[in-house]
Amino acid sequence: MSRTNGTPIKKYAYLGDPLAEPVPPELLTILDRYRGQKDALITVLADIQRHYGYLPEKQLRYTARELDFPLAQVFGVATFYNLFQLAPPGRYQLRVCKGTACHVGHSDKIMADLSQRLGISVDETTVDQLFSLQGVACVGACSLAPVMMINDETHGRLTPEKAWEAVEQLLAEEEEHTHD
Amino acid sequence: MTDFDPHARVKLIRIGMSTSDIAAGSAATFRAIETYLSERDLDIPVKKTGSLGACHSEPLVELVTEDNAYLYGPVTAARARLVLDQHLGSGERGIATEWVVSRYADRRDYPFLARQQRITTPLCGLIDPYSLDDYLAHNGYKALEKALTLSPDQLIQIVKDSKLRGRGGAGYPAGLKWQFLANKQITPKYFICNADEGDPGAFMNRAMIEGDPHRLLEGMLIAAYATGATTNYIYIRAEYPLAVKALRNAIHQIAEQGIIGPKAGNGFGHDISFIIKEGAGAFVCGEETALMQSIEGQRGMPRMRPPYPADYGLWGYPSNINNVETLCSIPGIILNGPEWFASMGTAKSGGTKAFALAGSIQKSGLVEVPLGMTLHEMLFDIAGGCPDGRTFKAVQLGGPSGGCIPASLLDTVIDYEELSQTGAIMGSGGMIVIDDSTSMVEIARYFLDFTQEESCGKCVPCRVGTRKMLNILDHILARKATAADIDKLRGLCHTVGQTSLCGLGQTAPNPVLTTLRYFEEEYLALLN
Repeated sequence: MSRTNGTPIKKYAYLGDPLAEPVPPELLTILDRYRGQKDALITVLADIQRHYGYLPEKQLRYTARELDFPLAQVFGVATFYNLFQLAPPGRYQLRVCKGTACHVGHSDKIMADLSQRLGISVDETTVDQLFSLQGVACVGACSLAPVMMINDETHGRLTPEKAWEAVEQLLAEEEEHTHD
Repeated sequence: MTDFDPHARVKLIRIGMSTSDIAAGSAATFRAIETYLSERDLDIPVKKTGSLGACHSEPLVELVTEDNAYLYGPVTAARARLVLDQHLGSGERGIATEWVVSRYADRRDYPFLARQQRITTPLCGLIDPYSLDDYLAHNGYKALEKALTLSPDQLIQIVKDSKLRGRGGAGYPAGLKWQFLANKQITPKYFICNADEGDPGAFMNRAMIEGDPHRLLEGMLIAAYATGATTNYIYIRAEYPLAVKALRNAIHQIAEQGIIGPKAGNGFGHDISFIIKEGAGAFVCGEETALMQSIEGQRGMPRMRPPYPADYGLWGYPSNINNVETLCSIPGIILNGPEWFASMGTAKSGGTKAFALAGSIQKSGLVEVPLGMTLHEMLFDIAGGCPDGRTFKAVQLGGPSGGCIPASLLDTVIDYEELSQTGAIMGSGGMIVIDDSTSMVEIARYFLDFTQEESCGKCVPCRVGTRKMLNILDHILARKATAADIDKLRGLCHTVGQTSLCGLGQTAPNPVLTTLRYFEEEYLALLN
């Protein structure tokens, strides 16, 4: 159960030229907007992530080639900032606030509990691609602490039990859909 | 006794729609109000405002009559109908006492608001942040008009006389910083606003921008005129989508209105441009050299200073960086004069400071008080102290760079120097109240864990030192440490603080040092 989305691949196998294919059109639209702007790297990556939900490795390679950035710089920026994710997120992103007010309200217990029940660590996604778990900087709902965001929805004044109830409700909804 | 007039016509309904209001459910409340009004064919304008700062009672709804105003909260969608019925319904009318927060327009019965002094956030929660007309109706851009009749030198002198100091935490006199940039003969010059509020538990800047974005722009325009900068950058957290939206809209509006850009009639605004740069989540980008790296699209890693940004800034050109709150103070200073501003503070620093109050406190939220007020006044008289049954233990100021102040020092005055003496710092304004249920060692570990994670890795003392300090704290919390470990921790604090490259590392030991200073017994109790 605790396996994440990482499917094992042969580490040193030659996979061919990763960029032999032409740049996917949706990526090209994004890249075309920023050609020649040497300060745009962070914005480009943010746009790519908005489109794909994360930063696929191939897309990063295309970005480096097309916009003429050293690949090291592209990966350097992508791994430096908290905003960027290198693995696909689950359908429901559970983001537990790690701000001070939430911490004083024991958000770490909520995180530990969710992690245990879902069988994943922080920053991982369940095998069925339904849930990913993250800790995030203050979401700005300090008076509702402790807080968790499920996608764009804020759930406040949580306990580990209440947080899990919210997840179970989503699970039930998913069940219903698959039976329809 | 109340002066409630059952026949008073409600002429305006205000509802808070800031990030914190929305998190508390104000979108549903807004829909409920709209439905109520349309069902009864009532033609009362409903104004979406920013945050009043009273986060503990959000969502907030205010009913404004001809000569009074009634503030309610928390108003959920279900309560909205009941509240509105009391003022607009056909039955007997009254005040919905259960949820009323204030019964007077001047909030005299609500010390949380009445005892504050709001000069950087006077319009937050009152005006529609998306309406330029609303801002103009409250003396908006009058300060810029006045500034343009003065010379840049005169303006810089005014800012110096006001004793305004950088509100980002370090407290460097703002007028001096402007002077450095103004003295440079090289162009272009860049003026940068630091809105990268990364301190966990701080949300003052977000509230200011979401509630009153034009005040920041006006402050920046005055600064640009005084320093000769033409390009204004606003570096803002991507986690603040509403604030970004409000700013974009505001910039568009002043370009349309002809305050800046091609339509500007005066000689000044024509060449001025604003660029919004969204950060991507890195605490270290609050450091000015790292922030400039990030604007240039690089990893946000700080570099040695000097050279300071005024000598070698963005793209190598002269630059100046000020915090949101510093810039929001400017319009008031220009309009009312430096003496007015200086009279509010202490001998060395003028004006007010906004704090984001959270943790174990009855009235959490945004509080703006004059410098020179004591911590006790602020935490107990304004914010009501800890919730029932809890005992106040300490207040943490300045987040991961700051420190804890124990109950015995609550008479400390809020002022840069006074607070530094306690080992804490003024910081950017995050303020967390800690009660007897929380271990201070745990708090120190929390902040160190944060800085350790956010350390950019460039310099060794910070990258390795914070990690080692964290290991020792974990060891202590696991009850495996001895007295020698505490000595080692102290030594590391000293080394990391003295030898780190930037402010992040230099201040990282503060939470540990202050808890060791005031709550050493908690450390000792955990020793093996």
